[in-house]
Amino acid sequence: MKYTIPEQEIMCSGHKACQGCGATLAMRYALKALGPKTILTLPACCWSVIDGPFPYSAVGVPLFHTAFETAAAVASGIRAGLDMRGDTETNVVAWAGDGGTFDIGIQALSGTVERNDNVIYICYDNEAYMNTGVQRSSATPWGAVTTTTPARHFKQERKKDMIGIMAAHSIPYTASASVAYPEDFIRKLNIAKETPGAKFIHILASCPPGWKTAPELAIKLARLAVQTHVFPLYEIYEGRYYKLSMDPKKKPLIDYIKPQGRFRHLTEEQVAEMDKQVDERYDRLKEQAERSKSWFEAKKEK
Amino acid sequence: MSEEIKWESQSDMPLMAMSLGRMTVNKTGSWRNLRPVLDKEKCIKCGICWKFCPDVSISIDEEDYPVVNLDFCKGCGICATECPKDAIEMVKEE
Repeated sequence: MKYTIPEQEIMCSGHKACQGCGATLAMRYALKALGPKTILTLPACCWSVIDGPFPYSAVGVPLFHTAFETAAAVASGIRAGLDMRGDTETNVVAWAGDGGTFDIGIQALSGTVERNDNVIYICYDNEAYMNTGVQRSSATPWGAVTTTTPARHFKQERKKDMIGIMAAHSIPYTASASVAYPEDFIRKLNIAKETPGAKFIHILASCPPGWKTAPELAIKLARLAVQTHVFPLYEIYEGRYYKLSMDPKKKPLIDYIKPQGRFRHLTEEQVAEMDKQVDERYDRLKEQAERSKSWFEAKKEK
Repeated sequence: MSEEIKWESQSDMPLMAMSLGRMTVNKTGSWRNLRPVLDKEKCIKCGICWKFCPDVSISIDEEDYPVVNLDFCKGCGICATECPKDAIEMVKEE
């Protein structure tokens, strides 16, 4: 058989994730791409449960459980230690959920990328604090219901543009990815592995219990998020040059909204309002990609 | 396959929390309500079910057919949804 993603399996079965967990798939692909010479740091997030209780582990590489706000700082420290020992080959990866990246971990993350430490920061985004029972985070999209933003008072704020914040730090490589496109995610990880300096990858990981969907729809919804332009896949080089990884023809937003219980309360006008926000963001992104075209052409010629 | 780790007394335990075994001791197959069943005639051996299995419970055999490890399959049904030929059916566990 011809495999489209690496065959090696570093993560093992028996982990404690829910049925149809997107975050688990994200970890499986990441370890396939990065290989066994990887050290992970993990703040409090779903993955600190999925990995399993003492004395067992599901990941098959060294993993360091850290305090909630320090995943990036601990990764910086491990990198510095490895560099002192002359080991520049091992990948140091900070693996955090959206709470540990967008809200609680942002100061440590900002410090790490500002120092341009040679680490890969991967945020698997399930769009709320799923581990503690679905509370709103700043990664929760507009209109979504969580236990702290119930249907009558659904979330009124937009999702934080984390990739934009990372790009503003002018780091060498930033990208968004989705569990529905593993080939694209692995390609981006390979670029991150080759690039020296701080790298940030934001991957959308569907969460059936939190999004209130059937588990079998996990991948389909992650794919629809890209196809409806809700979660565009793109890369930013040196904080300035934008490139769309794919530019799919837009599917109606309702296809993405309808199977999800967290958006069930939205009226037609509210869906139209959300559609407007999605289009606005996507147009801006396309504009930035258009402006960066000449840089990519010049790079290719080199 | 990892074996369960047991200690006779507290002094046998390591001095700090560390991973000594793998989570394969945890047989998650007991969580399952629905079981995936493959129709080999419809299967085109594309490997998409293997690619999207969050429990790493699908492997590929010598004839390139997917094989589900029912010790670990949680029955999420992603394989049945993603199969381009509808070759996998989810049947109720007895």
